[in-house]
Amino acid sequence: MSWTSVCKLNDIAPDTGICALVAGEQVAVFRQASTDRLFAVGNYDPVGNANVLSRGLLAQLGDKFTVASPLYKQHYCLNSGVCLENSELSIPVYEVHSRDGVVEVRI
Amino acid sequence: MRVVVVGNGMVGHHFVEALLDRAAPGQIELSVFGAEALPAYDRVHLSEYFQTKSASQLMLADAATYQERGVKLYLNDAVESIDTVAKTVKSSAGVAVEYDQLVLATGSYPFVPPIIGNDRENTFVYRTIDDLEKITAAAEKGAKVGVVIGGGLLGLEAAKALKDLGMQAHVVEFAPRLMAVQLDQGGGDLLKQKIEDLGVGVHLSKATSQIVDGEAHLHRLEFSDGTSLETDLILFSAGIRPEDSLARETGLELGERGGIKIDNQCRTSDASIYAIGECALWEGRIFGLVAPGYTMAKAAADQIVGTPTEFTGADMSTKLKLMGVDVASIGDAQAQTAGARVYTYYNQPDEVYKKLVVSQDNKTLLGAVLVGDTEDYGTLLQYKLNAIALPEFPEALILPHRGDDAQTGLGVAALPETAQICSCHSVSKGDVRQAVQGGCCSVGDVKGATKAGTGCGGCVPLLTNLVNHELEELGVEVSRDICEHFPHTRQELYHLVRIGEVKSFAEMLHKHGKGDGCEICKPAIGSILSSCWNDYVLDDKHISLQDTNDIYLGNMQKDGTYSVVPRIAGGEITPDKLIVLGEVARDFDLYTKITGGQRVDLFGAQLHQLPQIWNRLVQAGFETGHAYGKSVRTVKSCVGSTWCRYGVDDSVGLAIDIENRYKGVRAPHKIKFAVSGCTRECAEAQSKDFGVIATENGWNLYVCGNGGMKPRHADLFATDLDRDTLIRYIDRLMMFYIRTADRLQRTSVWMDNLEGGLDYLREVIIEDSLGLGEQLEAEMALNISNYQCEWATTLDNPERLKRFSHFINSDETDANLTFVKEREQIRPATPEEKLQLIAKAS
Repeated sequence: MSWTSVCKLNDIAPDTGICALVAGEQVAVFRQASTDRLFAVGNYDPVGNANVLSRGLLAQLGDKFTVASPLYKQHYCLNSGVCLENSELSIPVYEVHSRDGVVEVRI
Repeated sequence: MRVVVVGNGMVGHHFVEALLDRAAPGQIELSVFGAEALPAYDRVHLSEYFQTKSASQLMLADAATYQERGVKLYLNDAVESIDTVAKTVKSSAGVAVEYDQLVLATGSYPFVPPIIGNDRENTFVYRTIDDLEKITAAAEKGAKVGVVIGGGLLGLEAAKALKDLGMQAHVVEFAPRLMAVQLDQGGGDLLKQKIEDLGVGVHLSKATSQIVDGEAHLHRLEFSDGTSLETDLILFSAGIRPEDSLARETGLELGERGGIKIDNQCRTSDASIYAIGECALWEGRIFGLVAPGYTMAKAAADQIVGTPTEFTGADMSTKLKLMGVDVASIGDAQAQTAGARVYTYYNQPDEVYKKLVVSQDNKTLLGAVLVGDTEDYGTLLQYKLNAIALPEFPEALILPHRGDDAQTGLGVAALPETAQICSCHSVSKGDVRQAVQGGCCSVGDVKGATKAGTGCGGCVPLLTNLVNHELEELGVEVSRDICEHFPHTRQELYHLVRIGEVKSFAEMLHKHGKGDGCEICKPAIGSILSSCWNDYVLDDKHISLQDTNDIYLGNMQKDGTYSVVPRIAGGEITPDKLIVLGEVARDFDLYTKITGGQRVDLFGAQLHQLPQIWNRLVQAGFETGHAYGKSVRTVKSCVGSTWCRYGVDDSVGLAIDIENRYKGVRAPHKIKFAVSGCTRECAEAQSKDFGVIATENGWNLYVCGNGGMKPRHADLFATDLDRDTLIRYIDRLMMFYIRTADRLQRTSVWMDNLEGGLDYLREVIIEDSLGLGEQLEAEMALNISNYQCEWATTLDNPERLKRFSHFINSDETDANLTFVKEREQIRPATPEEKLQLIAKAS
């Protein structure tokens, strides 16, 4: 699958996320400010059963960057997609980068 | 069963509460007679009456509560006779009531020594509010010098009262030392010196032979040693005598020197009659303190409802502050036990005296005296009550800890399971352990679960140690740091922001933290920044801090949609505005429900609809209701004096003013208010963080109540306030809460965790003991002046509105959202309903 451009980098406020529609999938994209990195994961919260993860708070726990679900506050590792509170749960992780100020996702 | 209580003092009242708590509804028909015009009040803190001039601060009971609980209360009406055959009591007003069980709680009366001249004018006793009013009147008529005869605990309290009234006060004591019962000579000597330093004359070993006309003053006290003292006013505080005259006339068995004889069940010689408190004589002893009286009250109540129980005496140890001097006494303070040995520590420069009395074998503590420093009281009392083996060198317990000395205080680990931690509520170490093992994670939690530390508050330091110890035992690390990114408590973070004038999370992280932050510290610091500077929360530098609800200015529901709550101050709304709400709800197909805070909640709004909905609402004159924030929510009100037949004042008007004043103020947790227009309390103000109730003379302020998982009644904070004072107190209370509470700590738990609780809060807010009052008011004024409707600001800013869309790259909506209709409105579909809907569509 090829890269899909979803928005401009500056459309994502530092340390927040947005949700993009890529090939019918809901993708949560986060812009991590201090290391200037992007993360892309599924937007679906498997505990709350709702498409809300892009609206969660970014949380650094130890050496992991995570997003905390806005519904019930479980943490999902943005690198692996694994839920920190329940390792049997995970969310999909996608490739993401910015090129010439444009954010692109590949699923 | 018909129960009659004779006497509505502290112990009588405690019995009523204890009995009602134990009895099944309808089991007991309770009648109470009180000789005074007022229902039960706190005699222990009588001298505070002179500071507040308000009896209501001292009240323990009120007629309305008795009525609500089905108790018949006869005030100003003493019982005159008891017919033990017909089982009937008769009162001075002629009321006759039959009983199955009778409880005598007639208390005691002050002993006036048989001195010639003891009935002259301006001679008083110190026992009731009525007495205090007479003393005050005498002071106002120009009494300049006052003498208290009796240097016991109550006499010293009385001397303080005279001093507070502006008189030159003296204490005259027959014994060679003050507090002769509780102290030894060394402790008494130091106490005398300290009290003299405060400007009170102390005259020991003085027997007054007669009181005659004075020359410069009204009276002259002539002492048996030939000396004399002139004064305008005399207060007798020479001990108490049990009020047993009714029992005597009834033919109940009394002690040789008075007192109604009781057995271990608190029963008198008539099996249907109980006696409790200072009128009762148990094994030849009268207990002149309130705690043993309470214990008797509970024992009698147990017995009456059929729970076997025993009163087996009471510990008379005591710790108190007399005129600002710390004094404590435990057990055998005068070393009267055979073979007792004594250790004494006397520090003249610091004015501290400590004494230990130990058994002959040096193994157990028999008693102690502490003057000037009572910090060791809790530890020593545990040694005494639980007969814990003393350390090899017992003197270490009272010697000061300097430098790196090993800790000598009694570790909580050494206490036996049965050790009583809180004597007010009889909570043992075992109870606290159980609470911690049951999931309590803080002192506040344990207080809520066990009531420990919520009486006099004296055990809170010990309780805190114990809770922390138990948590550590369970492997819970007791760190008060907010999270791994900031090695600080919320209170410290607040000060760092306020004093360092920090304006953003990034600056805070750079100066005082590490890493990138998490979902704990980000919203906490976001809230602190808002409490201090009240900037727009969706500003670039704040947006990444906002939690689930604040970031889209709505309340996220289980399916990811939001609810919308416009402000309806005080619950008052015009028909036109109500129609707008209805039209908006209808046009966007929003589920509509009335909230508990007298507002309207519109559910099911999707991200892209929020600006459209708010556009219509703002156009119609609505503002955001901050239902999404940890902030001031609503001020509920009853309709008040404008319409209500019973209303005493304009509760709606005040509620609207309060809500508009504090709207949007962010705090450690949500804050709810209510205002009631009379004591019927239709606005339920006593279940709010701040509740206001109209009285004939102004407004009563209640603080730190809440509903929710653990409902808590608010405490009466101040009475009969004018509007300006009320607002000033609320300004200060709110800012002090914002400044010192933990994150997500509601006002009730916050107050429980303040050492000194409600009294401390009164000192800080009313008496301004920390000198913070003006600063707190200024901080609140700044917050109020920076108020903005966050929705109006957001609608004016097209850049901000871009975020209000489910997808950044598509106008499609979230396909996962499905609604079904129920009772003519939408609701989220259940998973089964979703499957069915999908099956149908394909």
